[in-house]
Formats: sequence, structure tokens, C-alpha cells
Amino acid sequence: MPLNPTEVEHIAELARLDLSPREKTRFQKQLSSILDYVEKLKSLDTRNIPATSSVLPTHGSARKDEPREGLSVEDTLKNAAQTEKGQFKVPPIFGSRDE
Amino acid sequence: MNDLADLGVREILEGLSSGSFTSQEVTQAVITRIDQLEPSLHAFITRTSELAMAQAKASDDILFPKRKLSTRPRPGLLCGLPIVVKDVLCLKNVRCTSGSKILENFVAPYNATAVQKLLDAGVVVIGKTNTDEFAMGSSTENSAYGPTHNPWDLERVPGGSSGGSAAAVAARMIPAGLGTDTGGSVRQPASFCGVTGIKPSYGRVSRYGLVAYGSSLDTVGVLARSVEDVVTLFSSMAGYDPLDATTSESLVPSYTLKPDQQLHGLKVGVPKQYFIKGIQPEVEKAVKKAIDQLENLGADTITISLPNTEYALPVYYILAPAEASANLARFDGIRFGPRLGKEDLRDLYFSTRGKLFGPEVKRRIMLGTYALSAGYYDAYYNQAQKVRTLIKRDFDEAFKKVDVIAAPIAPTTAFKLGQHIEDPLAMYLEDIFTLPANLAGIPALAFPVGFDSKGLPIGMQLMGKPFDEATIFNTAHTYQQATEYHLRRPTL
Repeated sequence: MPLNPTEVEHIAELARLDLSPREKTRFQKQLSSILDYVEKLKSLDTRNIPATSSVLPTHGSARKDEPREGLSVEDTLKNAAQTEKGQFKVPPIFGSRDE
Repeated sequence: MNDLADLGVREILEGLSSGSFTSQEVTQAVITRIDQLEPSLHAFITRTSELAMAQAKASDDILFPKRKLSTRPRPGLLCGLPIVVKDVLCLKNVRCTSGSKILENFVAPYNATAVQKLLDAGVVVIGKTNTDEFAMGSSTENSAYGPTHNPWDLERVPGGSSGGSAAAVAARMIPAGLGTDTGGSVRQPASFCGVTGIKPSYGRVSRYGLVAYGSSLDTVGVLARSVEDVVTLFSSMAGYDPLDATTSESLVPSYTLKPDQQLHGLKVGVPKQYFIKGIQPEVEKAVKKAIDQLENLGADTITISLPNTEYALPVYYILAPAEASANLARFDGIRFGPRLGKEDLRDLYFSTRGKLFGPEVKRRIMLGTYALSAGYYDAYYNQAQKVRTLIKRDFDEAFKKVDVIAAPIAPTTAFKLGQHIEDPLAMYLEDIFTLPANLAGIPALAFPVGFDSKGLPIGMQLMGKPFDEATIFNTAHTYQQATEYHLRRPTL
């Protein structure tokens, strides 16, 4: 199933990716051929087949809700590009451009 | 004994315990070897020689105490053993790039559990090895830090994504290394480089501290020169981890290898769907010869059918990118990594992600985002999860009849650098034989079984029942006792 340029832009928008015009053209072609390949899954009748989201027999177990030591504020922030007063700093959400 | 850097895991541990040499001596020998070979191989993203020498000294203080102390600490099982760690696993206070520019300056604030357990057992970490960006790839060419070269032929890829660890082990830069396997990333480079590697059962080794790619598929494994060496490290890594709710609470058995060199009573399944047109004839021949060898050692071989094998590739390339697109949402320039785009928050997200992720990562994020988007979820993601059930059932059925399944790992031996760069689908086809084990969550062990006419290694995999690593370890160990492919080394 070929993707059109608008669809490629829509996916990039959802994924928060800035793509160059050249990347858009390439991805349109490459993703179309991959989607074409995975199309063969649709030929299988899976009406009575349950989905497998995990191969494990049990789905996770909750630990006891007890307080424990976590990462320190210092360690948590040390990889951030910008911090202020023990917090992550980000540019304005409503800036010069509207979404 | 000539060069300490030539020694394997067991030889080093024996030498250390008998006092033939110190950890500092072996660590220095390994560092010197890496200094020699690294310019031609590029197996590392970050080297940690200083840390390694400090760890080696600490090991020697335990192994060879200066004074007789009544309360001398007991050395760990791996005390003083140098290893390498794939750069998607966190090593505290060392940068962890995941092969990506978006984590270029990320310094891990804690240890991955697999790494922590090995450190607790006394290992010395020599460096962080090269990987395809976020472990997405089959050649290590997707690394933002340049490709690794195959030690058997420098113009060829080492496989991927654990290509750095595989090349380092094959080139005798290091006795063993950690890798990860989401769709074949331990086994295919093991095959291309002629080393032994385990992809464990899903849930056997903790994923805590592993930079997540496809969370329902990711596993942490070991690469080394022999089954024996792999088992020595794996025994210290496996087990339940309260920090990873998907680890199994079932008891880790003893993986002690049986000394008897017979496989009587073992039923080996040979799946006909893994011997298809398009497979390099020399690969097929070597794998079939290895299966004959298992028969000579007493095993019974049975032809089996895994009818949904052909769907593993399309299922994987829906599910893994879908999981990746969610996992990689965290890389937004705020909490870690460099930050681009300053105008507003939207600009920051789009610029940082658009410019710092490489092409393959963006491709998979796009693919996964599409598969999960409104209107397509059922057709792609949900359908893929259902077909995953069919693939798993194939294995459940097969394992009612056989104990292990023997199959090729990759359709070809190592390909040339650049060969598949322009055609992602051709690169994905490299994974057709490795993906099913990840989708079914079963263990699989890769080991060398021959060489092609160009002198490139050929590997075979043994897949086992869930959590039955012991049987595949013992089968391959018996094979390695009777053969010498795993002992060959490249000329460098």
C-alpha cells in the first residue's frame, strides 16, 4: 500500500520528527515497500486467535507499595541540557509559533 | 604461555585462582591488544581503561591479599575477569550512547542489573562496544559513531546490532562481552564473526538498565569463544530482578555442563521452513553437516514443520517498530542528551528528534507510529500480535516432539559494508531465521559450525524450550568437544 506525501507528513507530525524534503521522499518510498511486504499478514484468518502481547504466562506482578530510595535530584538532573532550581527547564510551550 | 590477551574466560579464571598471573597483568594485556587492533576494527564507542585498571587492582587486592586476614573477602566467581559491555547497557558514571547522537553525552546514573550482577561477581569492564543505533540493525552500520569491521575480512560487516562485542571477542581483544538480542542481535553477529552467543529466554535476564527498543522482545545475552565461557558469565547474570517485573521468578538451574560426550536420547528438530531457496549453499551445507554431527554424537534428528515461519518477518517489523516508537518517545531533548531548537517546546521536540536520530531509527519510529495510529491499529498491530500467537504455537507443538531445534542463523555469511544500506527491506531479510525465537520468547544459542570458501564463519543456532537454556548449552558444548570450529581465529 503506497503512502502519499500527506500521510508521511502526518506520521512525522505524530512522531514529532522534523524531516527534510529529501527524507520525506525517501521514507515515502521505503515505508511503502515495507508496508507492501507486511501486507501478507492480512491474508491470515485470525478471527479466533488471541493476541500475544507478552510471552510470559503471568503479566507482571506489583511490588509492595513501600517507600524506597530513588535517584537523587542531582543524579536525575545531571544529564539534562537545562535545569533551574532543581528542575528541568524547557522553553515556553506557547511560543512564537502555534501548533 | 605467550600473550595473556589470547586467553579465554576459563583460562583466565584458572590462572588467577592458581596465581599464575594477576588481574592487572591480564587487564593490561587486553588493553594493549585493543590499542593494537582498535584502529582497524572500531569495536568500541567508549573505552574505560582507567576504570578497568582500578577494578583490576581491587580484584587483585581480594585475590592476593598482602596480609593474612581472618576476614578476607571471598573473591567473586568472576573476580578479575575483563569483559566488554554493549553500549545499550548502563554502566554507572560512564556514558551510554546507544550508538546514537541523541545520547552522545548521556552518563548513566546507575548500573543495568545484568552489569551489576557481573560486577558483583568481580568482572573488570574494559569498554562499551559499538552497536547499531538503539540496537536497530543487522550490520553495526547504523551506529552514529561509524561501523565496526569484521575481523575475518575488514571490508565486511561484523553483523549487528551487537557487532562491536562480537568483533572484539572474535579478534581476541576480549574473552567475553555482553550483547542484546531483540531480533537476532546476539546470534547474527556471533555467526558472522565465528563466536558463541546466547539469546536467553525472555524473562531470564533482567532488562533493567537496558535502553529499551522492543520491550516484549528485548533480551540480554553473552558472547564468548565457547559454550563453556558463555555459561560461566550467563550463570552470574540470570535470574529474577525486583526492578524488572517481566523477569521470571522461576529458579535458575545450575548450568553445569555435562562432561560425557554423548547426546543419546536427545531429539533434534530440523524445521524444513529454514532451508529455503535463496540461502547460500555453503551455509546450508555447513548447518546440515553440523546436524549430522549431532546425530553421530547420538542424537535423533526429526524433520519438523513450523508453518508460520514466513510471517515472522512482517510480524516483527510491525511489533518491534511499534514498541520502539513508544519507547523512543522519551528522547525529546529535555531529560537527557543534547538539545536543539530553542524557539518553543514544539520546535525543541521536532529539531532534537529530527536531527539527532539516524535514518534507520526515524524509519522505525515512523513505521511504528503508523502501525499504532488511529484507523490502522487493528489492521497492523493487532493482526501482528495475533499472528505472533500462531508463531508461538508452532514452537509449542514442535517442542512436544523434540528437545531442541537446529537451524541456520542467517541466509548468508558476512556481507560487505554498504551492501544493503540503500535497501532497508533487504537488510531486514537478513533476520528471517532469528526473529521467530524472539517472537516466541524461547532461548537460542549461536555457535560456529564451518567456514565458506572465502574463509568467513558460518553459524548455527539451537533453539530450546522456554527457560531450558541448559539443554541447548549441553548440546552445543558436546558438539564443541568434538569439533574445532570455535577455536579458529582470524589473522589480523
